[in-house]
Amino acid sequence: MNTSTAKPCPSEVVGKAIRHESAHLHVAGRAFYTDDIPLPANTLHAALGMSTIAHGRLRAIDLSAVRTAPGVVAVMLAGDVPGHNTCGPIRDDDPIFADHLVQYVGQSLFAVAAQSVEAARRAVRLARIDYETLPAILDIRAALAAQSFVIPTQRLARGDPHAALAAAARRLRGTVEMGGQDQFYLEGHISVAIPQEDGAMLIHCSTQHPTEVQHKVAHALGRSAHDIIVQCRRMGGGFGGKESQPALFACAAALLAQKTGRAVKLRVDRDADMIMTGKRHDFIADYDVGFDASGRIQALLVMLASRCGYSADLSGPVNDRAMMHVDNAYFLEHVEIISHRCKTHTVSNTAFRGFGGPQGMLVIEQIIDDIARTLDLDPLAVRRVNYYAITERNITPYLQPVEDNVLALMTDQLEASSDYRARRERITVFNQHSPVIKRGIALTPVKFGISFNATLYNQAGALLHVYTDGTVLVNHGGTEMGQGLFTKVAQVVAEELGIPLASVRVSATDIGKVPNTSATAASSGSDLNGKAAQAAAHTIRQRLVDYACDKYALTADKVSFTQGRVTLGDKATDFAAFVLEAYGARISLSSTGYYSTPKIHYDRATLTGRPFYYFAYGVAVAEVAIDVLTGESRLLRVDILHDVGRSLNPAIDIGQIEGGFLQGAGWLTSEELCWNEHGELKTHAPSTYKIPTARDWPAQATVRLLEGEPNREDTIHRSKAVGEPPLMLAIAVLHAIRAAVASCGKRGVVLRLTAPATPESILRAINAVQKEGVDG
Amino acid sequence: MNCEGIRFILDGKVITLDKLPPTTTLLQYLREGLGRTGTKEGCAEGDCGACTVVEGELCGSRIVYRAVNSCIRFIASFDGKEIVTVESLQSPAGKLHPVQQALVDCHGSQCGFCTPGFVMSLFALYLEDAAPGRAKVVDYLSGNLCRCTGYRPIIDAAAVAMILPEPEVWSRHDAQSESRRALHASITRTHSLNIAVAPGYVAPRALDELAGCYENNPGAVLLAGGTDIGLWVTKQLRDLPSIIYIGNVVGLATISETMDRIEIGAAVRLHEAYQAICAHYPALEELANRFASIPIRNSATLCGNLANGSPIGDSMPILLALGATLVLRRGGQTRTLPLDEFYLGYQKKALEPGEFIAAVRIPILHDSAGVKIVVASYKIAKRFDQDISALCGAYVVRIEAGLVTAARIAYGGMAATPQRARHSETALIGRPWSEDSLVAAGKAIAQDYRPISDMRASANYRLQVAGNLLKRLYLEHDAAATFPTRIPAVSTALRVESP
Repeated sequence: MNTSTAKPCPSEVVGKAIRHESAHLHVAGRAFYTDDIPLPANTLHAALGMSTIAHGRLRAIDLSAVRTAPGVVAVMLAGDVPGHNTCGPIRDDDPIFADHLVQYVGQSLFAVAAQSVEAARRAVRLARIDYETLPAILDIRAALAAQSFVIPTQRLARGDPHAALAAAARRLRGTVEMGGQDQFYLEGHISVAIPQEDGAMLIHCSTQHPTEVQHKVAHALGRSAHDIIVQCRRMGGGFGGKESQPALFACAAALLAQKTGRAVKLRVDRDADMIMTGKRHDFIADYDVGFDASGRIQALLVMLASRCGYSADLSGPVNDRAMMHVDNAYFLEHVEIISHRCKTHTVSNTAFRGFGGPQGMLVIEQIIDDIARTLDLDPLAVRRVNYYAITERNITPYLQPVEDNVLALMTDQLEASSDYRARRERITVFNQHSPVIKRGIALTPVKFGISFNATLYNQAGALLHVYTDGTVLVNHGGTEMGQGLFTKVAQVVAEELGIPLASVRVSATDIGKVPNTSATAASSGSDLNGKAAQAAAHTIRQRLVDYACDKYALTADKVSFTQGRVTLGDKATDFAAFVLEAYGARISLSSTGYYSTPKIHYDRATLTGRPFYYFAYGVAVAEVAIDVLTGESRLLRVDILHDVGRSLNPAIDIGQIEGGFLQGAGWLTSEELCWNEHGELKTHAPSTYKIPTARDWPAQATVRLLEGEPNREDTIHRSKAVGEPPLMLAIAVLHAIRAAVASCGKRGVVLRLTAPATPESILRAINAVQKEGVDG
Repeated sequence: MNCEGIRFILDGKVITLDKLPPTTTLLQYLREGLGRTGTKEGCAEGDCGACTVVEGELCGSRIVYRAVNSCIRFIASFDGKEIVTVESLQSPAGKLHPVQQALVDCHGSQCGFCTPGFVMSLFALYLEDAAPGRAKVVDYLSGNLCRCTGYRPIIDAAAVAMILPEPEVWSRHDAQSESRRALHASITRTHSLNIAVAPGYVAPRALDELAGCYENNPGAVLLAGGTDIGLWVTKQLRDLPSIIYIGNVVGLATISETMDRIEIGAAVRLHEAYQAICAHYPALEELANRFASIPIRNSATLCGNLANGSPIGDSMPILLALGATLVLRRGGQTRTLPLDEFYLGYQKKALEPGEFIAAVRIPILHDSAGVKIVVASYKIAKRFDQDISALCGAYVVRIEAGLVTAARIAYGGMAATPQRARHSETALIGRPWSEDSLVAAGKAIAQDYRPISDMRASANYRLQVAGNLLKRLYLEHDAAATFPTRIPAVSTALRVESP
């Protein structure tokens, strides 16, 4: 697409609302996902056999009927794995195939390769498994009672919270409860393993973390990393669900491929995907807060407990991030946060957009709301009085100063543009005359730390080739899951080389091209890979400048690259002609690029340091209506102001904000995960698990980017990460519902509304608030 | 037996398949048989819409186009029809169709996996309506899930598509071209279709033939829209017995009306069935719109929903309340049975072997001098669109001189079958039409049902809301009420008047 403008401007491509690089393929059905890649003719199809109990010892696995089922070619069990039977991202507590012990319903026990998908899926149902059932721990409360933890409890504290609590003017205790969330990417997990010569293996995998897939497959096969090539052109959504989770499927496919010498595709159906793979952690938090008459928090004790499931997976960093977002936008001088990582006999929970941050923030937002209800104040006033200040009251509990705080400014802007104050008054009057339908409005802030907590992941590489016709192929360590990373990277490269965007192609992520990649996660994709690709482009550009200076006796300032043209003093030529000339002069037109995030450091032992390079901010105002007879609710209007620094691509950023917001709204309203008393997930398909639909996007919605506030840190074109932060804007929806529920009872009553705020949850909260109204 | 192949139109050509198992889903055939991988599998149960394609069917002189879910529709049920997939829409030179171009221009795709399904739903809308409002757009997207966008750009794209220049192929005109209609006519079948490939498939043309077939083979599966039977294959991997498809039977696809009743044949799709019902009972429009999604309503039939008999089916409560009657057919014999007497227990119905529902008769109740009939049905679910009810209440109340003289109340989701609330009815009949009476009737609900707790709702919630809905029924029909009784269907925040 030609986006050149007549007037020279600092950015020709960067900062423009350019369409997604694959949009024309998406709409035509011509974008290839892993399931669409043409395969060798003799490809086999795999299916996994799953545990049917939550906790027990495996006495015997009888696969005789499986082996003789029509079309079955190979079967794999734990004992057949030539290398390591493990696929956990951090600890080795996730077996590929359960051995002796099963720890959740749906745990992988064995794999089958057959002539067709149907044959494989039918065959696995013929297994006869003899279990010795053991008692199962199925939820957080039970795990806390049993002191069942998957990794050790962590504590983060600052000041003297106990003393400050004792001295506080007012004190309140409460509990926050929130459910988990399934990622519900539209494309389920899938891996294809294609044997290569000499023991090597090519893996096509829908993954956010190709390098981890490489490592886990190599370990499972008993091979080295350089034997395993992993490629991913695009995913049909990831949302964190394809960070650690693809390894199981890739390993199973690769093991079967190694065993049979044939290509093996493992595509799980939606039910298996939802049953077998981890989700957002559900949390319970107990808090004890001291505050003054203005609602300012004087001391806070928080106990966080999350359901990690049966293994560690990424629960350590998820819960760390939860602890580090309990402050959200608020200064907590005296604070103690205890974080229990509960082991349950359910699927191992994992990354999901926000990675613990949303759960931590939900806790403090409810505490603020409870304080406001207790004091009968506008919750926004209590929020403001607790906001981080600029020069004082600006140190987080983990001792990182908040140096780029724009929340007060943003809150002022949004409060005015959304007419928050007047609408809130209008709603109060409305509710007085409306016994059945109640409305509520809320403004909530987001402050989200950007960078992987683990410093080492904050690095990226890129590989860039300029061909002699002037076109560019760039590859980097990030993966495309719809977030527009490839588009942004292409913009950055086009900008750096002064060429049209159409001259730049970003090819499939391939760890044979760029090695040792970090997961595309933690919102870091553009920050890291944009910088790495820019560095690669810069290297080539510098070579071309050096060549031009040398050849035409120019100084570097007389050489420039814009709009596909190269200016050489008072002459100009096409970029294509110039690179052909440079090639003829034997100038290398290929380069790697590398980037590592500066300034960050983090001490895992004390949970302190500067884990985040910077913060991204946002504010949202939501208005809802609820029906007090049924608990039904609807989002009626939303106003959002979000901080992306200087946007690389406003269209893509707005898309991330809107999509993140609605996904968050789903988490907090309609998306409910239900397990029964046997530990079976009962909501494992879209028929029972309800993500938002088109109707749930309100007709009245205003989404704006904060203007005039480039990132204060030297990020790629001073932009900010946008993947995760907008999800938490949806906390405004839950708090608008809280406001509506509160209007059903007496003023000053604290609410008991659990998330997700399903109709049942809302009605329960209304029942409770009305009862207190009568009793109290 | 005269064995034939399935014939349908794809991209202007007639395709004949004579070796494919008839229970192959259209999605399987497209992806695995033809390598047309644009159509995606997201859930294999008709709930996510990534598999949406458009079906064309010659009805009289027009071709009717409908978005349907290819993941659960058996290929054989497309015999005589046209199939339009996302790959069909580009011009030979590769130019995008307006609905495709609009999605690009509005930034309507992110990961793109759901996008082909959205394209096809928007395409169906494009053919049907040149200027749809936002509400209609949202209705047409009710069967498509997107996890990346907030849907806003997709909703915008629907409007943008309508103002782009007409495409070369698949314009509204092209969709009804003479040559296309001629092609359709060329594959219209006048006799029954028999497919010998296992498990065997018969699609009779005549009602007598159907009745004979089923009487002779009562173990066969009767297939209509297949929105549940499809799942037996895709989800449960069941081996089906032979199939008798009722969709081609002349006379079963008709809706007939007399002064006092509507008769809806067994092959009438939900979409048309509810149009007919709502023409008499506009109060049921919300229920109709919330019944599954448009692609499901375009395949599924009303009688199929009744025959399925799920305790959480949304048609049964209102038809029980209206006093609907089933027309049952077995061999040469026809009988009628009140719907009331049809459900014997969980998944148990009053059907003899070889007997089937040929039609349902729904009484048309009118207000008359001094008599007011209140008709309503309320569905409660976690999500507005395409969700399964936690409970669904239906009410038909006759009011004369301020007194309730008759009441039929039924609920789904409260028992093992859709069921009348007899205690509640008794509590109401003979009482004044007042809030107090309705609240009292609501309290009686506790004697009518012992609901279960499951992932959709707890027993307590079901009982409380089932009672509360009777209060809603009153308030919503109380002309004197000065306050809103329902959350606005179209989201509108309160406006703040400038000072």
